[in-house]
Amino acid sequence: MLHINEYRSIVGNQVIDELYILAEKLKGFSITNVNSTAMGGGVAEILNRMIPLMRNLGLSVFWEVIKGDDVFFDITKKIHNGLHGVEVSITRQEFKHFLEINQKNSEDFKNWADIMYIHDPQPIGLVKKRKQFKNKWIWRCHIDFSKPQRDIWLFLKKFIEKYDASVFSAPAFSRRLSIPQVLVAPSIDPLSDKNKELEQGFIDSVLSRFGIDKDKPIITQVSRFDYLKDPVGVIKAYRLVKKYTDCQLVLAGGGAKDDPEGQKVLKEVMDEAEADKDIFVLLLPSDSNLEINALQRASSVILQKSLKEGFGLTVCEGLWKEKPVIAGAVGGIPLQIAHKYSGILTYTVEGTAYWIKHLLHEPEYAKILGQHGKQHVKNNFLITRHIQDYLLLFLSLFNRDDEVNL
Amino acid sequence: MNSQDIGNNIEMNFFKFYTRITQVKLLGRVSRNVKELSEALANVPSASIYHHTHRYLEQHRYFSPEHPNDFSYWINNSLGLKKLGELVASLDIFQFRDIEDLRRELIKILKDYLVKTPSLRNCIPGEEFNFLSSRIFIIPTNFTAKNLEEFKDCIGKASIHSIYFHMFEARVRLKKGDNDFSYWLRTTGYPGLADRLSRFDPYTYTLEGIRRKIIEAVTQQMQSDAAHK
Repeated sequence: MLHINEYRSIVGNQVIDELYILAEKLKGFSITNVNSTAMGGGVAEILNRMIPLMRNLGLSVFWEVIKGDDVFFDITKKIHNGLHGVEVSITRQEFKHFLEINQKNSEDFKNWADIMYIHDPQPIGLVKKRKQFKNKWIWRCHIDFSKPQRDIWLFLKKFIEKYDASVFSAPAFSRRLSIPQVLVAPSIDPLSDKNKELEQGFIDSVLSRFGIDKDKPIITQVSRFDYLKDPVGVIKAYRLVKKYTDCQLVLAGGGAKDDPEGQKVLKEVMDEAEADKDIFVLLLPSDSNLEINALQRASSVILQKSLKEGFGLTVCEGLWKEKPVIAGAVGGIPLQIAHKYSGILTYTVEGTAYWIKHLLHEPEYAKILGQHGKQHVKNNFLITRHIQDYLLLFLSLFNRDDEVNL
Repeated sequence: MNSQDIGNNIEMNFFKFYTRITQVKLLGRVSRNVKELSEALANVPSASIYHHTHRYLEQHRYFSPEHPNDFSYWINNSLGLKKLGELVASLDIFQFRDIEDLRRELIKILKDYLVKTPSLRNCIPGEEFNFLSSRIFIIPTNFTAKNLEEFKDCIGKASIHSIYFHMFEARVRLKKGDNDFSYWLRTTGYPGLADRLSRFDPYTYTLEGIRRKIIEAVTQQMQSDAAHK
């Protein structure tokens, strides 16, 4: 298990020293995170990495997972979809069941802390207990909240406004609320398997395993096989480039199993790729972090040609590896890329193709983009900044001033 | 220490370097066109105006972006109003020691535009201007200077956030009217050097550029002192 001090060599002593100073101010407070799954999904992934690091800083941090039946999780899946614009129908009975499961969890729950940190909608109803414990409550929304369906929003709002503070991942997710709202962007862990430095020998072995030529330029997009990631558009852009520059395209991702739409997208991608031996469609298991890391590190250009995006952390992953990244200007991507400075933002297949060619032909410029991108990620999107934001969030529960002297 | 003591960095003529960490708040308020932007600007807290006009300085610490504040960036890129965007981008922020004056000037520019423009152009859905604000948590660093040489050494080593705090936040956000470095230099017998740093417009440099500029000015002062000994 990594220790927080191991991040000193990456972010510098000052950043870690400041984390210790902030944590010192929280000594004596207990913090319990609550979500709905211990494994799988972005929330569990970040909590798994972050909680041990927070404990290294001397904090009393705990993590609880609520229990629910299949019906409950079907309802929460519908709530999730309804928050980012998909039309869903949730019956009165379903809302009632959602509340009953929350009530049951709150009766069984033991680890009430000074600060209750509730992640996403599933356990949102636990806040009913705040009157009993007179403690502080934060609701953290990790999901795309840009177009919430009205009935779902009104249902959740009643609970959200019982909290002391709410947290969103991007400015566009903010809503008119009577409680303070804080922006906390997601982060990547530079020491995780997905992002850590790799030996060249390992990178080469991964390429060789997939039959990719390490001496020919590689364009890569890592993402689920999903219409919103526009994998077919990526192939079209590649074909426009291929007319002038010999290169390979890697489309790597998972998510097609158990997902009818994913399978349909994958089939369309396979059809589009046809018999082009320079297109590699890689359906990888969910634990292929080292392979994804190697593919990104071997790439000449990384794409994230999303049509819609929550935050799009794969952009940060590419930038952290000092790669030139071309990405759709949607969701949280413009927060990660300053166009023509730390990457390229595009809107069309043609624009994407133009910039791929340009970056392949001008490797020096591509290199500078990658260097700037890495610096930007280092300053703004690493797990240490994420921890810092959380510590400030906890401290802000006890002091509402705009200037706080610690 | 309470918030009244913020930035009391001068003790017995020592300069104590502080730094600060920012928490970004979401106000849940959006604007779709110039009129809505102007109306919102009249109502958001001053910390929000400060945030949107100073955020770039730290985020892009090695280069000066074409649009040095969020308002001009949005007007230019989401509304496509190049001329108005340039006007807002060129705003001489250094002349404002009080955010309220800056707020009035921004609103004036937008209102002048609205008087001359009959139709309003909305941004496309999803590109609305989202108002943010910020709060700062100030913490001490290990750097302390009691003379020019140590001061120069500290400027070279202090984090960019610490330099930012003493150059920008002290002057405008904490309403001290001048940067902390100039204030200290005046109390330690360097009024000329203090004036030089006060006059220098930090908004037209990157933060690394500011660091270099201060070191250059202090070095020249030290050379001049040595020549007159």
